[in-house]
Amino acid sequence: MGRDGTPVGQAEQASVAGEEQEIRPRLWRLAAATSTWIFLVLVVIIAVFSIMNFEAFASVFNLRNIMIDASSLLIVAVAMTFVIITAGIDLSVGSVLVFSQVVAALLMRAMGAEGLGVILAGLAAATVSGLAWGVLNGVLIAKTRMPALIVTLGTLGMAQGAALLLSGGINVRRAVPAELVTTVGIGRLFGEIPYLVLIATGITILGGILLHLTRFGRHTYAIGSNPEAARRAGINVSRHLIKVYAMSGFLAGVAGYLLLARFTTTTIEGHGTTNLQAIAAVVIGGTSLFGGIGTVFGTVVGVFIPAILRNGFIILGVEPFWQQVAVGAVLILAVYVDQLKRRARERA
Amino acid sequence: MSPALPATDGALLEARGVEKSYGHVRALQGTDFEVRPGEVTALVGDNGAGKSTLIKILSGTVQPDGGEIRFEGHPVTIHSPLDARRMGVETVYQDLALAEDLDPAANLFLGREVIRPGLLGALGFIDKRAMRARAAESFATLGIDLQDMDAEVGMLSGGQRQTVAVSRAATWASRVIFMDEPTAALGVVQAERVLDLIRRIRGSGKSVVLISHNLPQVFQIADRIQVLRLGRRVAVFRADEVSMEEVVGAMTGAAGEA
Ligand SMILES: Nc1ncnc2c1ncn2[C@@H]1O[C@H](COP(=O)(O)OP(=O)(O)OP(=O)(O)O)[C@@H](O)[C@H]1O
Ligand SMILES: [Mg+2]
Repeated sequence: MGRDGTPVGQAEQASVAGEEQEIRPRLWRLAAATSTWIFLVLVVIIAVFSIMNFEAFASVFNLRNIMIDASSLLIVAVAMTFVIITAGIDLSVGSVLVFSQVVAALLMRAMGAEGLGVILAGLAAATVSGLAWGVLNGVLIAKTRMPALIVTLGTLGMAQGAALLLSGGINVRRAVPAELVTTVGIGRLFGEIPYLVLIATGITILGGILLHLTRFGRHTYAIGSNPEAARRAGINVSRHLIKVYAMSGFLAGVAGYLLLARFTTTTIEGHGTTNLQAIAAVVIGGTSLFGGIGTVFGTVVGVFIPAILRNGFIILGVEPFWQQVAVGAVLILAVYVDQLKRRARERA
Repeated sequence: MSPALPATDGALLEARGVEKSYGHVRALQGTDFEVRPGEVTALVGDNGAGKSTLIKILSGTVQPDGGEIRFEGHPVTIHSPLDARRMGVETVYQDLALAEDLDPAANLFLGREVIRPGLLGALGFIDKRAMRARAAESFATLGIDLQDMDAEVGMLSGGQRQTVAVSRAATWASRVIFMDEPTAALGVVQAERVLDLIRRIRGSGKSVVLISHNLPQVFQIADRIQVLRLGRRVAVFRADEVSMEEVVGAMTGAAGEA
């Protein structure tokens, strides 16, 4: 009788105390998050470059170029964040991007390479191609339980080979309608903000909302954390994984299309390391390769650290090869921090 | 020893001749089992007797190779944990089945997240605040004081994690709750809380199946004791009609077959 009363009283106390205490652990967690540290690293890098050559580095012109250059990688990396949080990996994104470009370019050229209809048909072709490869990845990984590393290594080769077969190994030119190039490709909103940057920003924000605020995001974390627990909780793990890989393929298609608009030609040879760049960005941003942990914000930082290092080194006249050395070091540091945190937890 | 009770009428959930093999290991070899409404049934047996396997079959996590499962007298197939959930069955697994990187509230609501009202809800937005408030209540009822409701479950102590798993099952079960060694990692006070919880669950007319190696605890709380040995049920006792020696005898095979 009295016993039944006790828990209720405690519940009330707990919630009152909980509200007062809520702030402090949150600050702690923020301080402990890998993405916070890596963000500080980015700030320091920007500060150093700004001090060393403010005029050239911190100019609107330069920063805008950095953002334009980073936009397609950012889109691919946002999707890669979901994939890696499920404890998966997608090596095929670069080839899928190229394949989507080739299909879209061939279609647009065949349709006469001008007009809104052609632009939309090209967009559909690129996204559907990307989506199809993504679904294939997802189905193979979820249903056959083959390692994602192997499946996407396989589709990497297949998509690349297929793209070369379709294009004859030569970049597809005279395919992109001029209206697409002057707007999406190189146009700017109010003459200031490049549409490419706007689109990438929009996709990134949507990705962040999806990951952090919705049920889809919650299930993504749960599956990466403990797939068997997710299954026992009634989550359809296979279907969720298929969706995540489908999204990765789809966004690779979007990125391919945007690059087509920017460069007016396919970029068959340009994406051999896009997969590794995206994975590096995600991991630098604090997402754990073991799954279950990660943020879109971290990925944004992880995309910009290599981009700004490259740009800054060029401006300062440092051998650009140093950029690769520096990015490699930051990557190892990020993984090391993740490892330390996991070990600390296992001790707990 | 007391004779085994005959197969029961009025069982809520029952297994008949259930079989399950893992390669050469015959984990269950034609096991019977029944859960009666409003009773606490203890399922006891040595390590490897097949207790967890039986529980997993009845909660849809593992598919049996043969035999029959009946719910309210009707044959059913439990294809997935969702099927079990629809029957009002919840389980505290021996391995807890928690997502270590998520916080306690997220685990409590895993697979049944509270959705925000209105348009945001239609878009799949989850209501973290509501989930946290309800989770805090559940945990307080079990007497765990989670100082940090934001800490991921992997950071909690073994006992706290076990309590999160118990609260989850207790929050959602409407008919039957399986608990596979729910007090193994708990301190005296917390274990007592779980036993209190079991009594309260029984008081509300639900059934509890408790797997435990702690026989004094079993005798403290169970109405009925079913003994599994080498993948077969070898005895069913009423807890108030049997001695601990008899139960141990059935578990080890010292009695009965001799
Ligand atoms: N997934 C599996 N793969 C292979 N063998 C298994 C698996 N699950 C259980 N077994 C085997 O089935 C038998 C019964 O195991 P089970 O876990 O049901 O025993 P238990 O009664 O719960 O034991 P304990 O008291 O130690 O928890 C054991 O011999 C075990 O090795
Ligand atoms: Mg067991």
